[in-house]
Amino acid sequence: MPADRMLPTEQAADLVALTREIAAKELAPLASEYEAASRFPREQFRVLGKAGLLGLPYPERWGGAAQPYEVYLQVLEEIATAWMTVGVGLSVHTMACYPLARFGSDTQRDEWLPDLLAGDVLGAYALSEAGAGSDAAALTARAVRDGEDYRVTGTKSWITHAGEADFYTVFVRTSDTGTEGISCLLAVADTPGLAVGPAEHKMGLTGSPTAQLIFDDARIPIHRRMGEEGEGLRIALDALNSGRLGIAACAVGLAQAALDEAVSYSIQREQFGRPIIEFQGLQFLLADMAAAVQSARATYLEAARRRDAGLDFRRHASIAKLVATDAAMKVTTDAVQVLGGAGYTRDFPVERYMREAKVPQIFEGTNQIQRMVIARELRKAARSR
Amino acid sequence: MNIVVCVKQVPDTWAERTLRPADSCLDRASVDGVINELDEYAIEEGLLQAEAHDGEVTILSMGPQKAAESIRKALSMGADKAVHLVDDGLAGSDALGTSLALSTVLARIGFDLVILGAEATDARMGVLPAMLAERLRVPQLSLARKVEIDGNTVTVHRLTEYGYDQVVASLPAVVSVVEKINEPRYPSFKGIMAAKKKPVETLSLADAGIDPAQVGLGAAATEVLSFAKRPPRQAGTIVKDEGDGGSKAAEFLAAQKFI
Repeated sequence: MPADRMLPTEQAADLVALTREIAAKELAPLASEYEAASRFPREQFRVLGKAGLLGLPYPERWGGAAQPYEVYLQVLEEIATAWMTVGVGLSVHTMACYPLARFGSDTQRDEWLPDLLAGDVLGAYALSEAGAGSDAAALTARAVRDGEDYRVTGTKSWITHAGEADFYTVFVRTSDTGTEGISCLLAVADTPGLAVGPAEHKMGLTGSPTAQLIFDDARIPIHRRMGEEGEGLRIALDALNSGRLGIAACAVGLAQAALDEAVSYSIQREQFGRPIIEFQGLQFLLADMAAAVQSARATYLEAARRRDAGLDFRRHASIAKLVATDAAMKVTTDAVQVLGGAGYTRDFPVERYMREAKVPQIFEGTNQIQRMVIARELRKAARSR
Repeated sequence: MNIVVCVKQVPDTWAERTLRPADSCLDRASVDGVINELDEYAIEEGLLQAEAHDGEVTILSMGPQKAAESIRKALSMGADKAVHLVDDGLAGSDALGTSLALSTVLARIGFDLVILGAEATDARMGVLPAMLAERLRVPQLSLARKVEIDGNTVTVHRLTEYGYDQVVASLPAVVSVVEKINEPRYPSFKGIMAAKKKPVETLSLADAGIDPAQVGLGAAATEVLSFAKRPPRQAGTIVKDEGDGGSKAAEFLAAQKFI
């Protein structure tokens, strides 16, 4: 059963209807097969791009759709319900476009943003390193000025759809001044000296390769730097605030898929002569799952509406990411429980949903980091009172 | 070239559909409405022909207010404008009434080519294209899996059991299409935004000059006397393979006249 949505405009409703149609026809039928075969759905991203879904929250001037986050995130949620890998991929692409869209100069935006938003080009986001995960400012990949270029050497880790992306938004160290020494560069995938490592063997989201990006004296023109030198960490964290909302929406979409599967199974499955949904033990489980999905959706939409209104939404984004990803873990686990032995097999999608639900608690800032952010914002608010 | 595509909003094929006990009419209110699947192919063909022959595509739909959603989708796919025939007096029209109403509007707005799906997924009569052509006194080319227009001539490959027939007619004409003809495009976000600004003319029976006595449930030449829920599916036949599974399966298929 599709989620009930309150959308602000008729166009937003049409956009969600279009998304549902594409999700039902182009995404959902392929998800299990592609995930099992570790096959990346590159063509499906092109279908989304052609429909204009890869640049939703960005300005129309550069080919975006100028949609509020309230609408973009609900589109994203619908996509993640059909196929989490595609939802996460779209969220990462949107985040990879953010530094250029938000901090790039008009010249830079005119030159590159239309291609990034037009749908044929896929972007990835390269912040983490082996030794710089939660402590992102500890990154060591280094960019040294040489004429008109930076020469970049170092290894970025955990890069979503690495090797499939056409460009990478990369954070590198341009000086040793700690958090002030980081800069943001836009690297095209075929940059000489840029190699992609072997894909990690992951628990879930197996349709999308996650790998290292290895820079070995790769030249990236200085005019491909977003914002000022040293401004990189601020840009990265700003992009992550919005990216967290994307992950929250994906997690809700995944939880919705698990709930739908559990309800549909419990109507069909009979034990003791009755569909199992008639037993209170199951009803309470399903009701709690529905409550978790709906409250998580309300939480990310509250944060989105604050963002759309131009209000500070850092605490709300972290709360949304925390609440939604924990809800997805719980709901997908319970969906396996509802399906019983069948749920534990790969003949049904819920075991995959459960595996896919784990990593949203980890990436885009672990849920422990989200709690740090929430507490820091609480303290700041209390002090400024 | 002036191409008109007739589009019907039907209850979502995947939803459970029922008739209303009060008047034995299809309950359209309680389920989501979608564009009749074959009409999407008709829209796509209209757009392709318009692109190739510098034409314009008008969507014509008869249906309740809710059908405006389907008209909007057709416009967001790329059609240029639309006419929506909407009037409570049309409810319950059978194929005769529907063809009268649509042909009246078609004669009024004019056309070189009318395209529509070969049948609708709700009633599955498949007679509307023929009735429209007859009422409009123009050739009908049915079950097209390919359409070619050259000057004033339209040629279609008409789907048959053995392949296809080549059927040629002069314009204006009515063409009905099957799903083999093309791959309907998705709307795009730009299409959705553009659709907002495209003209949709809304006509009542009076506006269109249609006699209310000749359409609607009261004028229907057909009547549903009774209806019943489809019986639940019977358990299938289980054939146990004792070395003769192949011949038993063949016997079963022969008995069902599949082979």
